[in-house]
Amino acid sequence: MKQQVSISQTDYLREAYEQLQLADNGGLSAVRAEAFGDFSSKGIPTTRNEEWKYTRISGLFSKPYHLAPLQTVPLTAEDMAPVRLPGHEQVSELFFINGVFSEACSTIRDTHLLVLPLEAAAANGYKPVVDRYFNHSSGYLQDGVTALNTALIQGGIFLHVPAKQALEHPVYIYNITDARFFPVLSQPRSLLHIGAGAALQIVETYATLGASDSMTNQVMELVVEQDARVTYCKIQNDTPRASQISTTHIRQVGRSEVNAVTVSLNGGTVRNNLNIIMEAPRSEAHLYGLYFPNGNTHVDNHTVVDNAAPGCLSNELYKGILAGQATGVFNGKVFVRKDAQQTNAFQSNKNILLSEEAGVHTKPQLEIFADDVKCSHGCTVGNVDEEALFYLQSRGISREAAMALLLQGFAADILEKIKPARIRVHVEQLMSRRLTPEVSEVS
Amino acid sequence: MLRIDNLQAGIEGREILKGIDLEIKPGTVHAIMGPNGSGKSTLASVLTGRPDYTVTGGSVTFLGKDLLELSPEARAAEGLFLSFQYPVEIPGLSTTNFIKTAVNEIRKYRGEPPLDAVAFLRMMKEQAALMEMDPAMLSRSLNEGFSGGEKKRNEIFQMAMLQPKLAILDETDSGLDIDAIRVVANGVNKLRSKDNAVLVITHYQRLLDYLVPDFVHVLYNGRIVRSGTKELALELEEKGYDFIKSGIREGVS
Repeated sequence: MKQQVSISQTDYLREAYEQLQLADNGGLSAVRAEAFGDFSSKGIPTTRNEEWKYTRISGLFSKPYHLAPLQTVPLTAEDMAPVRLPGHEQVSELFFINGVFSEACSTIRDTHLLVLPLEAAAANGYKPVVDRYFNHSSGYLQDGVTALNTALIQGGIFLHVPAKQALEHPVYIYNITDARFFPVLSQPRSLLHIGAGAALQIVETYATLGASDSMTNQVMELVVEQDARVTYCKIQNDTPRASQISTTHIRQVGRSEVNAVTVSLNGGTVRNNLNIIMEAPRSEAHLYGLYFPNGNTHVDNHTVVDNAAPGCLSNELYKGILAGQATGVFNGKVFVRKDAQQTNAFQSNKNILLSEEAGVHTKPQLEIFADDVKCSHGCTVGNVDEEALFYLQSRGISREAAMALLLQGFAADILEKIKPARIRVHVEQLMSRRLTPEVSEVS
Repeated sequence: MLRIDNLQAGIEGREILKGIDLEIKPGTVHAIMGPNGSGKSTLASVLTGRPDYTVTGGSVTFLGKDLLELSPEARAAEGLFLSFQYPVEIPGLSTTNFIKTAVNEIRKYRGEPPLDAVAFLRMMKEQAALMEMDPAMLSRSLNEGFSGGEKKRNEIFQMAMLQPKLAILDETDSGLDIDAIRVVANGVNKLRSKDNAVLVITHYQRLLDYLVPDFVHVLYNGRIVRSGTKELALELEEKGYDFIKSGIREGVS
């Protein structure tokens, strides 16, 4: 297939790759080499690729980016302060800076939580786990973007929660891009292994410092073992100059429970790939999403729920509020494999457009190969209900405040799923501030 | 309190109200009756400022102000209340949060400080008890999954919380069984005083057994064709609207 963006426009990526391979101590070089070959043949997807039809990213990779390791001023605690999330004093915090894990900035509060450089994990005692699970996502996303992340892996982490350990403290993961001095491409990479019977709460966010353009191409892979529980909350509220492709690839290799909430407020072009592969019978997955872009922000949520084993339950609800000239995409695929009998898979996407210029493309996609299943999907796109607005106004509530109440009500069943509670409150406050400063005082 | 002079209004270019005259004084209950399509709900909509309705002539004065100039929320803050024929379900917004916002927005309009939380909660509990509402309903999404009776009780509960000067009850009895009608009417009766007034819009006489009007007006084809006392409602119940339609017209009193 002919690509709009030739590899010559992304020559800087080849240089970066070659340098990395020279420096590598052996742990990941074979993976990188294969991925670079893959990237070279596939390139950056254009809008002619069905998976990228409404999200144009070709231009996002052909800027004069700098890649890690960067010669820049180290970040201070003051630089980090505005980025840190409420309750950070009582959680484990992992910092990726320009895509590279920073041990110096990070804090680990549970002795059971193991965080290792990915290369080290691949080269020592965790080699079997890494060999078995690492880079599974590349088989799902055949589009060059994941391959690029893999080809340029450096400073990635392997996170391990041993069996039967319910971590006392949530883990906050910060992806910080330092674009104060020049445009930066960050490519964080991680493999998280949640042992049998373990429990983990993850909150992840993104922040770009400075006024230059930035691009984050992240891949996180989670492997969830038997009877483990994972809650994952992603908060995207970056600057309009910060774009990102964020891939979260979750395999439920044992019967387990996953709750994921994705909140996208600000940013440039934001693309999320959330893949949940239900490989063990009777697993459960809940996927919630709230996107509320304004300005020229573009938010694209691509989700895959792959029912590969019988008796699983998946429940997906994504809601969008689109203001200004913002655009959105929801593409939700549900696969039910031949052997996945008695699957329950539900999906719903609801959108409210607040302006004439805002728009959304929504596409549910169900592919069912089993016959004894319960699946449903639905999507709506509409405006704020005028009768509801009038109802609130007729009780003395100003139109602006009434609008805020209705939109908060619309988002409520997503927001209430966010854990831990202080992060839920934090996101509710971000919402309120977006709606009107006035209403947040009253309600 | 409310004075309507030669009010003409319609929707989408269709004239529905063709010259309404009505005066409501404090301490009184007025009933407007009439067959379907006579303009009863249009009158309620125009008075409360529902979008899509256009006033083409006449005037409405409420407590000395030109009502038609005010936004719907300003009308509410001035003391006008509409009990909806079809209360709207609002997912994700609890009745408590809704009514607290309403009370405080109205207080703000009037230059009063927000009600303190304790006083608000006490008031809410009292009024909910008055309407025989399960307090648990107050923390549920507004009207969502409520029965017809629960929705109407919630309307009168809101009226009790907002303490309007003039309450318009638009077909509040429709779809209610007799017990629910009694609860709703009792609620309204308890809120009556010499300073406020009620305008009851209804198709049937039965609500008026419990909420006894001082004046009854018959609306037909966009005009008030008869006015009288509560006996007029009984006469309508007995004879039906046909005797109005068949051309008996005794003028506007």
